[in-house]
Amino acid sequence: MKDRSVGSRIRERRIALKMRQADLASSVGISASYLNLIEHDKRRIGGKLVVDIAGVLGVESTLLSEGAEAALISALREAANVVTDADPELERIDEFAARFPGWANIIRSQYQLGLKLERTVETLSDRLAHDPELAAAMHEVLSMVTAVHATAGILHENRELEPEWRARFHRNLSEDSQRLADSSQLLVNYLDGAKEAETRLASPRDELHSFLGEAGYFFPGIEDGADVETVLAQSRLLRSKGAQFLARELLTDYATNARAMPLHEFQGAHRDTSGDVAALADRFDVSLAAVMRRMAFLPKSVLEQDYGLVKCDMAGTMIYRKEIRGFSLPRYSSACPRWPLFHALQRPGQPLVEVVEFAAREMEQFKCFAVSELQGRPQFGKETTFTATMLITPNSERLPPEGQVGAACRICSVENCSARREPSILVDGI
Amino acid sequence: MRVLLIEDEPNIIEAINFILSREGYDVVTHANGHDAMDAVRDRAPNMIILDVMLPGRSGFEILEDIRADQAFAQTPVLMLTARGQTRDRELAEKLGVSKFMTKPFANSEVLETVRTLTANV
Repeated sequence: MKDRSVGSRIRERRIALKMRQADLASSVGISASYLNLIEHDKRRIGGKLVVDIAGVLGVESTLLSEGAEAALISALREAANVVTDADPELERIDEFAARFPGWANIIRSQYQLGLKLERTVETLSDRLAHDPELAAAMHEVLSMVTAVHATAGILHENRELEPEWRARFHRNLSEDSQRLADSSQLLVNYLDGAKEAETRLASPRDELHSFLGEAGYFFPGIEDGADVETVLAQSRLLRSKGAQFLARELLTDYATNARAMPLHEFQGAHRDTSGDVAALADRFDVSLAAVMRRMAFLPKSVLEQDYGLVKCDMAGTMIYRKEIRGFSLPRYSSACPRWPLFHALQRPGQPLVEVVEFAAREMEQFKCFAVSELQGRPQFGKETTFTATMLITPNSERLPPEGQVGAACRICSVENCSARREPSILVDGI
Repeated sequence: MRVLLIEDEPNIIEAINFILSREGYDVVTHANGHDAMDAVRDRAPNMIILDVMLPGRSGFEILEDIRADQAFAQTPVLMLTARGQTRDRELAEKLGVSKFMTKPFANSEVLETVRTLTANV
């Protein structure tokens, strides 16, 4: 077998990869002229530089330094060491490589493929064990598989099922299979190692809420005048463009409110007015909705009071939410139509305050302030749209409730509700 | 026979609720980990089916509290989880779980386990 010099092997491999001499030289930190000398065997090469060049050219360093046959024999020896019970004729390995180079290359390729797959398995095992995002995604997939499996089992095992139950389980099956399809796709994208941020495991709104949750809805940097883009750039949780869009809009509003209602001034005014939304709006000459958002986003350590908040669009989709204990805000399903939030959408611009009792085990009462406001600037000839904001506060005044509300119909225990969209699994039983 | 199901996926709740209720069990449900112990004390179940990954608190923490409460130290607890790793199973056993079952499960398997665990209650 004809063997060649180290320089000529480097040159041959580089040209096969259509790589310029200057690019290879730059990648390994030497000048193009020095590489030229190496390739024409005018300079000796060895040690780290061979390893570096081999790395850039994507070959084993022995292939460059010792030639193809030496590299092949070396790989065959490694493969022979792995399979201990095959008893290969090691003393005839040179003869085998020389007489059957094609078969020898197949053995080497399969051995190297085995190593690569082992590394992949190790990497994936490590990610499964230590990556909370992946663990959450796997949990979502398995939960949906469980729901689909259990529901399908019920439909299969109960052929005489009443029509209403059959319809109910069919609907569950449809919902869960859709969630399963979505979560499986995201998981596949993730495991593929795609770098594109859009292949995240959560929706943009989930990312936004992770971001807000981590910050506790409070951004001291912005309070001190930091630029919104700087805060966005520092976040590792806002991966997708969709989440960045939502966060930019929210933080821009936050920054506007922080300028109009400076932290310490607002803290004092909140104390003086006992958190009176209208009085604070007058004091700072801002909208009621802006005051509500400012109150909700400042921590309890500042205002000595916890507030919940929901903002929705005209379709009833929750744009963002901040939970308060006792008043559950559904993450995926549609909310309770009896929330004052939705009443505010029916009466644009009219501030509403309602005391409601939240239908849960503890039946806590909350005072809700809601108002809708224009979304963007109104234009002639175009339909105006609104958003609604609702501030949720514990009903410390113990006023009688004006009505009962829930989180979402399926988990709401209010009986005889005219706004009910679907049966409750808590009330109707089975 | 009252069974308390602590699980946060509505359609899994509905499926298990259906399976057990049809067999005559009185199924009560609770969907978060925050106040799961309050639900255990309020409902005083004969048996508990407990998910591991719950909003607020994990099923392991709740199991620890259940076993620490004299009134429920002997109550059968079936733990359902998507996490089937050996160390999770070992942790559950160390904390006193009666039976550890990984998702997805067969309906008949859940029903049979509930029957077995409540046989002597």
